[in-house]
Amino acid sequence: MQEPVITTIGAAETATDGSTLMRRDRFSVRLRHVLRRDRLGQLALVIIVVIVIAAVFGPLMMGDAATQADLGKRFVAPFNPDHGAAYILGSDALGRSFLARLLVAARTTLIIAVLAVVVATLIGSLIGTVVGYIGGRVDAYVMRIADVMQAFPSLLLALIILYTVGPGLAPLIIVLAVARMEVYVRVARAETLAVRERLFVTAARALGAGPIRIVLTQIVPVIAASVVSLATLEFALVILSESALSFLGLGVQQPDITWGGLIAEGRNYLRDAWWVALLPGLAITLTAVAVNVMADVVRRTTQTD
Amino acid sequence: MMGQLEKPADDGCTSTTDTHVLDVKDLAVEFRLRTGVVHAVAGLSYFLDKGETLAIVGESGSGKSVAAYAVLGILTTPPAFVTGGRVLLQGRDLLAMSENQRRRLRGNEIAMVAQNASLNPVFSVGWQIAEQFRVHRGTPRREAMQLAGELMDRVGIPSARQRVNDHPHQFSGGMRQRVAIAMAMALEPAVLIADEPTTALDVTVQAQIMALLAEMQQQTGMGLILITHDLGLVSEAADRLVVMYAGRECETGGVEEVFRNPGHPYTRGLMKSIPHMDRKQARLEPIGGSLADLMNVPTGCPFHPRCPFAEQRCTTEPVKLQEIGPGRMSSCLRVNEIREQLDGE
Repeated sequence: MQEPVITTIGAAETATDGSTLMRRDRFSVRLRHVLRRDRLGQLALVIIVVIVIAAVFGPLMMGDAATQADLGKRFVAPFNPDHGAAYILGSDALGRSFLARLLVAARTTLIIAVLAVVVATLIGSLIGTVVGYIGGRVDAYVMRIADVMQAFPSLLLALIILYTVGPGLAPLIIVLAVARMEVYVRVARAETLAVRERLFVTAARALGAGPIRIVLTQIVPVIAASVVSLATLEFALVILSESALSFLGLGVQQPDITWGGLIAEGRNYLRDAWWVALLPGLAITLTAVAVNVMADVVRRTTQTD
Repeated sequence: MMGQLEKPADDGCTSTTDTHVLDVKDLAVEFRLRTGVVHAVAGLSYFLDKGETLAIVGESGSGKSVAAYAVLGILTTPPAFVTGGRVLLQGRDLLAMSENQRRRLRGNEIAMVAQNASLNPVFSVGWQIAEQFRVHRGTPRREAMQLAGELMDRVGIPSARQRVNDHPHQFSGGMRQRVAIAMAMALEPAVLIADEPTTALDVTVQAQIMALLAEMQQQTGMGLILITHDLGLVSEAADRLVVMYAGRECETGGVEEVFRNPGHPYTRGLMKSIPHMDRKQARLEPIGGSLADLMNVPTGCPFHPRCPFAEQRCTTEPVKLQEIGPGRMSSCLRVNEIREQLDGE
């Protein structure tokens, strides 16, 4: 450990050369640095970019094909170029282009999953952090509510709410978010309890930071890594929960479709047309894995501990 | 604050002039736990003048950190309650203020340097220093970062401007402590409380940090409260000291006089239990027994169960600080007898 002799103020001023502060590398620069040696990370990034582009532009280009039935082309097998590019991934029971169906479903699925996860993460972790920091009676009450939510099957809860409110995109997102919110509350609270006792929180208080500032600028950034990891894991789960609800007819309604809904549809024809259930399943898996890998890459990029 | 002030007689343990930057009177703090009430601080009084260094010394658990936190008003309530006393910071009573008013003063006029690792790991050190300027003064971000860079230069961090965007883990322990000092000193507070500022550092770095604190003190004229159990550090750095035992003050005075002629058996014990460089000892002389149970403080003098000089009246008679010389006070009932006895030897 080498430390120099303390400089006096006068010396410090002469040392002020140019007074330019070292710029910090931008996030994209650091991300590139991490990705350079991470093949899996590169692959995940490519997959995510492709899926997002497909979900944004696919429905614009092939939206009509997704609803155009052609009974003459029922269950066309995939990877057969004879029927044209639209049928490269085969067709479903009504002879609709399965590629188009997948793309349209991708948009709905991603919107639902992303929004539900973001809403649950933001609200859940905020509640968790606040009650963890305040502690005492508020903490006890909120955690008992969380216990009740954990004990109650979340799918059943979602069913009851959707049955009373009625199906639709917005209720679906809210229900999916609320049903899993308890997990975020729990994780954020546990992390907060640990961080709250660390010396830098005391130091921040000693330097005049109030409770709101401490929660938002001292605790939240520290626990963000754990919460984001949790959110990426939950992402896949939300897609699957949504498919379960769609399967029960309380998810998105026709003609809107999601990957989960496609699986539910394809289940009936598994013996004749494997692709109708397999391809959307593959899409869900691929998205979930890519998101998880990418989350790890981002975590390593921002890591400062 | 909580009302039940016992109103102990003003025994003149602090001078009554208003010139002190910090004047603490009869501070009392208790922790109300399920198992009982812990009187962590019971009637602590001290004052601090401009440009002065006051050491608060005591064993672990003697209440020195709690007292400091109470002065800053950052104890967690519950379980901790400040049950009495006054804390006058430049004439204004901190304990009588609203939390909001007090918060504005923290960082601005009174600040703290804690032990190592008081930096948030996820932010760059420059950002954390700059936050002081941005939040308390509303300085624009860019300018605040410039100031942070200058400050880091001032506390002796090499190539400070290149390192403003580094994170705490990229610094050594000593450098981190310099950053923490820069943060606390950013707004040039009138009082700086250093809670064991060198505990986690090795000896050469300790000396550098103390030199830095002394230098900052000279430049800004702040009063420094040094909380420590390291008597070597006290003899080096402090002007006056307060010795605490079981949340109570047992001796106060100028460092030199107290070291030369301790006025309390506890101080004497503390000094005997540190090793000396100039003579070889087979074993040190520790103070026998263990720290008083703060939930159940012994009657009379709280130190009597461990005191080699204790006699019958020490176990019953309540103790209070008495003047034993210019600017010196001791709570020992037998201070004069003990002194005579030891001088006779």
